[in-house]
Amino acid sequence: MRRSAVPFVAILAVAALVGLLVYGVAAKSPDTTFEDAIDQGKRPAAPDLALPVLGDDGEQRSLADFRGGVVVLNFWASWCDPCKAEAPELERAYRRLTARGDGTVLGVTFRDASRDSLEFVDEFGLTYPSVRDVDGKLAREYGTRALPETFVIDREGRVVAVARGTVDREFLDRAIDEALAT
Amino acid sequence: MRLRLRLRTLLLAAVAALAIAAAPQAVAATPQTSLSDIEDEVMCPVCGVALNIAESPQADDERALIRDLVAKGLTKEEIKQRLVAEYGQAVLAEPDDEGFDLAAWVVPAAVVAVLIAAGALLLPRWRRRARAAADGTGAGAGPELSADDARRLDEDLARFR
Repeated sequence: MRRSAVPFVAILAVAALVGLLVYGVAAKSPDTTFEDAIDQGKRPAAPDLALPVLGDDGEQRSLADFRGGVVVLNFWASWCDPCKAEAPELERAYRRLTARGDGTVLGVTFRDASRDSLEFVDEFGLTYPSVRDVDGKLAREYGTRALPETFVIDREGRVVAVARGTVDREFLDRAIDEALAT
Repeated sequence: MRLRLRLRTLLLAAVAALAIAAAPQAVAATPQTSLSDIEDEVMCPVCGVALNIAESPQADDERALIRDLVAKGLTKEEIKQRLVAEYGQAVLAEPDDEGFDLAAWVVPAAVVAVLIAAGALLLPRWRRRARAAADGTGAGAGPELSADDARRLDEDLARFR
């Protein structure tokens, strides 16, 4: 009886290690919850979190502040090269949305020092607001793994379209039209 | 009247000279730490490696920020706090306390707990076995001798006395 305990404990230890490995691989796998739901014709609720405003840490903003309008939520950082390519298109989308009071673009900086983010804002003449997701909590809620990523959210706070990568004018126009249509 | 004016002008000039001389001392703070002292204790969160071995523009930006904070006279802990405020907890060279990274804390603790439990279970057993062997009553004492063998052993031992 005593002798049989040793292999039992060894098997248990190996099983625990394998379980940990499987969990690790699963935890690091890309999260496609939003894409899967949208593919099925659903509109998943957009996660929300109050975060400090870039350039004014005393103020906080969340999606709830823009409820009733369409929000183009864009995760970006100054160190992200593709973010530079899409910045002018996001600024254009912001002007389009604000021209008729239809909504806004809300930037979310990710693992970026605020002075670098502010330099980026100046360099590209961005006028839309950004918040700082310092610990990446909101990014985790959206399954963000690499920047840039963009989520178009309708007036009721539901995700309509997702772009994991650079967005172009065509994507933004189509997604905003779809969000406005509801 | 003229003398008083001159004196006042001289006094103002002296005060201005003193202010100018004191200004650089007020601006230049005394460094409390150095970049090399900090960069092996923090991460480049974007690169996912320790800052002292990171070679990327993002790592250079982080180093520039640390240099500025060192020049402002902040201590190592204050600089770490500022880095956390800028880059989040991921900037500290220690694993997260949630998700898969939690395993980095739990697994070593679990291994230590298992080893302590195994020790507590096995040590008394080993000690009992060792004591029994020393007393000649345990398994280490060997098999019982038959009467013939015992007699022969006594005879052999008697020859060596």
